[in-house]
Amino acid sequence: MTAVSISNVSKVFNEGSPDALRALQDIDLTIEPGEFVSLIGPSGCGKSTLLRLIGDLLQPTSGSVTVAGKPAQQARLDREYGMVFQAATLLEWRSVLKNVELPLEVMDVPKAERTAKASRMLDLVQLGEFHDHYPWQLSGGMQQRVAIARALSFEPSILLMDEPFGALDEMTRERMQTEVLDIWSKTGTTVVFVTHSIPEAVFLSTRVVVMSPRPGRIADVIAVPLGQPRDTDTREDDAYYEKMTEVREALRGAGVT
Amino acid sequence: MQHTAAAPLRPRVPKWLRSALMFLGIVLVLVALWEGYKAIGDATGGKIPFTDADLPVRPDDTSMPHIADIFDSLFSPVSRAKNAEVLVVLLLKNALVTWHRAFAGFLLGTVAGFGLGALFARSRLLERGLMPWVVVSQTIPLIAIAPMIVIWGGQGAWPDWLVRMFFLDATGFSVAVISAYLTFFPVTINSLRGLRSPDPQAVELMRSYAASETETLVKLRIPASLPYLFTALKISATASVIGAIIGELPAGLGDGLGRSLLTFSYYYISGPEKLYAAILVSALLGIVFVGLVTLAERIVTKRTTRPPAAMGA
Repeated sequence: MTAVSISNVSKVFNEGSPDALRALQDIDLTIEPGEFVSLIGPSGCGKSTLLRLIGDLLQPTSGSVTVAGKPAQQARLDREYGMVFQAATLLEWRSVLKNVELPLEVMDVPKAERTAKASRMLDLVQLGEFHDHYPWQLSGGMQQRVAIARALSFEPSILLMDEPFGALDEMTRERMQTEVLDIWSKTGTTVVFVTHSIPEAVFLSTRVVVMSPRPGRIADVIAVPLGQPRDTDTREDDAYYEKMTEVREALRGAGVT
Repeated sequence: MQHTAAAPLRPRVPKWLRSALMFLGIVLVLVALWEGYKAIGDATGGKIPFTDADLPVRPDDTSMPHIADIFDSLFSPVSRAKNAEVLVVLLLKNALVTWHRAFAGFLLGTVAGFGLGALFARSRLLERGLMPWVVVSQTIPLIAIAPMIVIWGGQGAWPDWLVRMFFLDATGFSVAVISAYLTFFPVTINSLRGLRSPDPQAVELMRSYAASETETLVKLRIPASLPYLFTALKISATASVIGAIIGELPAGLGDGLGRSLLTFSYYYISGPEKLYAAILVSALLGIVFVGLVTLAERIVTKRTTRPPAAMGA
């Protein structure tokens, strides 16, 4: 059973009206369980739209999206995935712990179990000391770690991430990338990761999906067999640079630069 | 080079004390301006200095009693009758009665306002249809509507259980309804804004948890709307007092600040200080009510807001 199966999907916004926008065209993509797949492309290529189609936050104009063996809507109702956005989107009136507990509350998980799961996730992102802090007391990187803990608190099989490190500085970004890989290897979650950073896509992924400018099509899918675990040594590896060049060429070929 | 010793830190005056002293200072400035204006008027015979034009407000003791006289009247019997109360006692008793009705109106208006705001947040169709009527309701002069509301009350329009829930009688409840009329509008507008304030991404997050509309309302929208709600409640606090005072007049009630203000304005010539004293107490009622709302706000939001940046040493 594949984790995500996108078949012949197109998405048009405002169909039929003069300002109709064709965001995605004929997308076919299969993602196996346990993969780390990046979607990379220029602004407006539809990568965030594609992510939201997987999450049933938008519906395709044509084609079908299957997640964890079910139609996307059923997968959403069954809470098969967690989501992390570029903005941490933490609720400022809740403590860190209660923010991570939010999805568990919606799922009617009993209190003791909620707190246990949330604590475990906060330990995983190394924020175990910050249960009672409030979002405004945390740095941007820490807030994103809380958002990641929240997305994983109910142990979904799939994690959807929409440029989660876009708002962070470069050093924090690299650190967070290593942490995400660490979490990925510990939890075995399938990750679909949207980015417009070539180094980030190559460093994190097992496969990189290169998208063309609007209307978004899949220009290329590049495997990244750099081995695990990846760390700062990987960043200085020749193979890493070669892969980045390959992705850059694919982007150029797709008409980006 | 030797470092000079750091200058000794000034003793920290607690913030509440600083605010209180500033408030007192402003009051003293206002008193000085009042008395100064009167003094100028006495000196120039009621004319603007160096001109022949009359001062805009006559500075004589009937139009502008001395501040000292106003205070004096507060602590004197209100009339020459044998068992006349001291004015301040009468005014405070009446203020309490008025506040009872104003507070009932405040609660009614807040519930109605928030309910309307929640309704509009849920349905743009209803918002577009009903909002113009809500706005129109506020443009009709209250003086025109108040007697109508009192008459409805007299005909038994208010359900008994509702009237008793607020420990009022039918006429007092009519005053509360008039008060609620002024209260609900700011609450409606601000509740609507507050309920719509969360980021679209936060709403997407709730959808990704397959949360129902109600859960999204309770866990996301309502907490997000609280700062907006409290802003409106501060406005509504004063509006409810004004509404109650205005409402007491057509209701023909024998007590309350509305009655006091009316009486003292009738007998203005014989005792202008008493009207000013009544006005002061009315203003004080509004100030205290707003203060209570601010206190409630601070208690509700204490841990979740960033403390203001420290100033000075």
